[in-house]
Amino acid sequence: MVKITVDGKVLEVDESKNLLEEILSQGEDLPYFCWHPSMGSVGSCRQCAVIEYANDEDERGRLNMACMTAPREGARYSIEKAAKFRAQAIESIMINHPHDCPVCEEGGECHLQDMTVMSGHNYRRYDGKKKTHTNQYLGPFIGHEMNRCITCYRCVRFYKDYAGGTDFGPQASHDNTYFGRWQEGPLESEFSGNLAEVCPTGVFTDKPFSKHYVRKWDLQTAPSLCAGCSVGCNTNPGERYGTLRRVVNRFNDEVNGYFLCDRGRFGTGYVNSDERITVSMTRSAHDAAPHLASTDEARSQLQAMAANSIGIGSPRASLEANFALRELVGAENFYAGISTNELAMSRQILDIYRSRPVNIANIKDIEASDAVLILGEDVTNTAARLALALRQSVRNLGKKMARDMKFPEWQDAAIRQLTMDRKSPLYILSAHATRLDDIAARVKIGTAANSARLGFAIAHEIDSSAPAVNGLSADEKELVTTIASALKEASQPLIISGTGAMSQALIAAAANIATALNGADKKANLALVSAEANSMGLALLMESSDNSLDQAMASNAKAAIVLENDLYRRAPASSVDSFINGLDQLAVLDSLKTRTGEQANLVLAAGTFAETSGTFVNYEVRAQHYYSVFKPVDTIRSSAFWLSDKKLSELTQGCADSISGGAGIATLTPGEGFSVSGMKVPRQQHRYSGRTAMRANINVHEPKQEQDEEGILTYSMEGVSALKDATVFNTAWAGGWNSNQSVFKFQSHTGAALKQATKGHCLVENSVSEKTWSEVTDAEKVTGDFEVFPLYHLFGSEELTANTEAIKAKATSAYIAINEADASKLGLQASDGVSVEHNGAVPYIIRSSIAPGTVGIPVGLKGLNFRDLPAAISLQKATDWATPSEWHAANIIVSDKTSVNAENGGEA
Amino acid sequence: MNNLIASTAIKARQLTEEEIHEIEHEKTHYPYTQAVGLEALKIVQKYQGWVSDESLLAVSEYLDIAPDELEGVATFFNMIFRRPVGKNVILLCDSVACWMLGCDNLKEHISNTLGVDYGETTKDGLFTLIPVPCLGACDKAPVMMVGRETYTHLSTNKIDQIIAHIRDESPVELDN
Repeated sequence: MVKITVDGKVLEVDESKNLLEEILSQGEDLPYFCWHPSMGSVGSCRQCAVIEYANDEDERGRLNMACMTAPREGARYSIEKAAKFRAQAIESIMINHPHDCPVCEEGGECHLQDMTVMSGHNYRRYDGKKKTHTNQYLGPFIGHEMNRCITCYRCVRFYKDYAGGTDFGPQASHDNTYFGRWQEGPLESEFSGNLAEVCPTGVFTDKPFSKHYVRKWDLQTAPSLCAGCSVGCNTNPGERYGTLRRVVNRFNDEVNGYFLCDRGRFGTGYVNSDERITVSMTRSAHDAAPHLASTDEARSQLQAMAANSIGIGSPRASLEANFALRELVGAENFYAGISTNELAMSRQILDIYRSRPVNIANIKDIEASDAVLILGEDVTNTAARLALALRQSVRNLGKKMARDMKFPEWQDAAIRQLTMDRKSPLYILSAHATRLDDIAARVKIGTAANSARLGFAIAHEIDSSAPAVNGLSADEKELVTTIASALKEASQPLIISGTGAMSQALIAAAANIATALNGADKKANLALVSAEANSMGLALLMESSDNSLDQAMASNAKAAIVLENDLYRRAPASSVDSFINGLDQLAVLDSLKTRTGEQANLVLAAGTFAETSGTFVNYEVRAQHYYSVFKPVDTIRSSAFWLSDKKLSELTQGCADSISGGAGIATLTPGEGFSVSGMKVPRQQHRYSGRTAMRANINVHEPKQEQDEEGILTYSMEGVSALKDATVFNTAWAGGWNSNQSVFKFQSHTGAALKQATKGHCLVENSVSEKTWSEVTDAEKVTGDFEVFPLYHLFGSEELTANTEAIKAKATSAYIAINEADASKLGLQASDGVSVEHNGAVPYIIRSSIAPGTVGIPVGLKGLNFRDLPAAISLQKATDWATPSEWHAANIIVSDKTSVNAENGGEA
Repeated sequence: MNNLIASTAIKARQLTEEEIHEIEHEKTHYPYTQAVGLEALKIVQKYQGWVSDESLLAVSEYLDIAPDELEGVATFFNMIFRRPVGKNVILLCDSVACWMLGCDNLKEHISNTLGVDYGETTKDGLFTLIPVPCLGACDKAPVMMVGRETYTHLSTNKIDQIIAHIRDESPVELDN
């Protein structure tokens, strides 16, 4: 820390950070555009100019950009004295900027507006012609309005430098500078949505939001979580007139930082979908005519059947809802609603986190790792936000080079110049090429069983007390030694695996490697990706039970209550059919229509994440609370409400009490009694408009405010905003800072943790030092022509988000992926389909990375049920083939060479 | 909505042997192939006159540089032509010294003679007129370049002579 003087004020600041960051951290206002806390400084926009004085006598000083200045001990700076320069700089930036704020979606949360006002440039002297540009079609997620561009280069620095995108960039120079693709077309990066938040003005906007746009201040918001995968990114969804309008990032330094993936940002449209179950229905038998059930009727019917029912829980339902179901039917009748293998994997992960000497890696740990091994998990498609963090991890070599040369880490452009294409090592063992291959030192293609075998060998190579593997080839030995020594040399090695490859051996191998790396002063980072938003929460409830879905279906039960679960996505259709046929009564609680729901005789309309509150437990076993954003129509209730008479907080407490190490679950909210200055926290901003008018078409009398069951937030404007107390952080806003850039006002230090809001609570505190090992398991012999491995799609593989229009536009229906040699062996022409054993026919693509004799089958895409397939299948050229209308080969973005004939759906 | 497939509709053309030979030679000068991008574009332009989308894609595939990256380079340098140009590119200086000595009149004269404005190509495909900010010959202003030749101390007469001379040198095109 050093002492500096800024306009006469003495400040103590961190000399390893830049002056802009430090000035902002002190709560001062200093305008900026190009700098971003996650992306460092390039000094291009000239907005954060300050005067730096050479010594006490210096009266004139010199102009410096604060973001490019390292604070010096005893130095004097002035923000005030550079005000005129900043006003001039922004005046020139604004010359070509249109006067379209009233019709611009950024208006009201525009960093450019804020900075212009702050800089004092409030009258345009330039009356010449403005430069105009042609906009591009960039796909279903992002709108483009280049005329608003102020050429701060933040979009490129995010898209290319930070997120590794290659299909977007700057073009031309000076007045003609243009940011776009070389040809129009959908952006390929899985993180393109962040452009809408990174762009300081309205060049890149959230396109699905545009279709039902309202101003930021008219949105009702609450702290929520993304339910799209097991990462549990923190979000602030916004609602107006009963529909969910958009999702923006909510900062959590340990989970998602400043960024979300596109599934998380654009995947929530299903909340407003026509496929929603909005009323509860009942019928006496499977084939009887259904009729509407009132809330009381539905609830009492459910309670009446509970005594003789089994309950089938879900990894996409909240901890509380699963717990309430378990309470209702009794623990011995509660089944996890996932396959035996998946349940075993989730419990295996819990066991590893608890019993091995490892550090459970959060996103900051991942970003800080200097050697990485990915074992069989397609992170980009199963836990995308982690893939973005991994892209930062390979930059640690460059940062180290910079440290050795004694220049600061925030010097972004300089470090990139210094580093060129040198990277910290990242190794990938996978059944197919992945979207991280471009940053990988080595990629080894192989089945999960083989990757596990190599993984065990790596563990043994690092620590010879780990079980050994026999029969490695010379090539494999070389790879094993290379990876082992890179991990050993690293100061923060990271092992990533997960349930994606559906292999317990692979997870065990990952655990052995992380264990082997444990040394006197170092613990390896380990991240094991789980399948869904609450997979780990479900595992916590199943710790002393082996009740999987397979067992539920073999239980001979006559009645079943299914919680937010489409069994047809979890087990072979034939097994589910015979299970349901054997039932006298089937109750389904869900938000969307499903094949399981269609066969129920009692369907209860359940709220989505946006309309309910609860707890999800992410891949790190971090419990996080999400608050309901808005009240749905009266007939839609939370699953927890349908299943239990208890208040949500009582259920949460019940979870905390019954889960071992779960006490933290009850500490995630400030509790019912919480108030700020005697008031609850408002979901609506102080500028929320039309409160008295918005329902006037129904009734001129303003209705009573909706009541919040939790008693922490209210569905109203009354109360004290987060600015005074951000314990419940529902929107980032500060005086003069209307955009999401204002989040620094809530952080303990710019870019660091939020001052008051919770980061969630990790339920496993690992202080193990003893090494234990998993035994090497021999791979089961697979018989059949083609060994099956799963393929995941960020857009389409997840059940709920797949019902969102924008996601549908980026998704495709099912297909298979095979090697070129196999395709010609099967006699496939470009426009043929392939018929899959025991299944229908689907299109195929050729991927160069796929090993001969293996076939990639996408999980969760329409047209093929992965769970219907054995470990190996036979394939044949389809007869009477017609390409399905939802087959969009162009939406399959992969990193290896593919070939798809245009006739066979080459165009989207 | 055809624009969905715009990026896949363009196919790379085959680079010629000469082009490949020269690009390979340039590669030996740089540690990274990415650094050869600009030189490769110049080579392609030398043989093709300009850089078409098909050429850009060809270089992109040959050097394994994303087309978006290469487009950034191609459009940053205004002497890389992304649209077809005439056989002779006239670069008329409109910088301070030339402006003081009447380059505006010269531009007017060229435009009237050839019937083209800045950025346009004559119908016979012989000339393209482009402004250039300084050719580094201010002491001999006003100046222009045609092809690789620099012409100094320009006047309307001199320009007429230059144009006539170039036309004579290119009788085949004149027949069009």
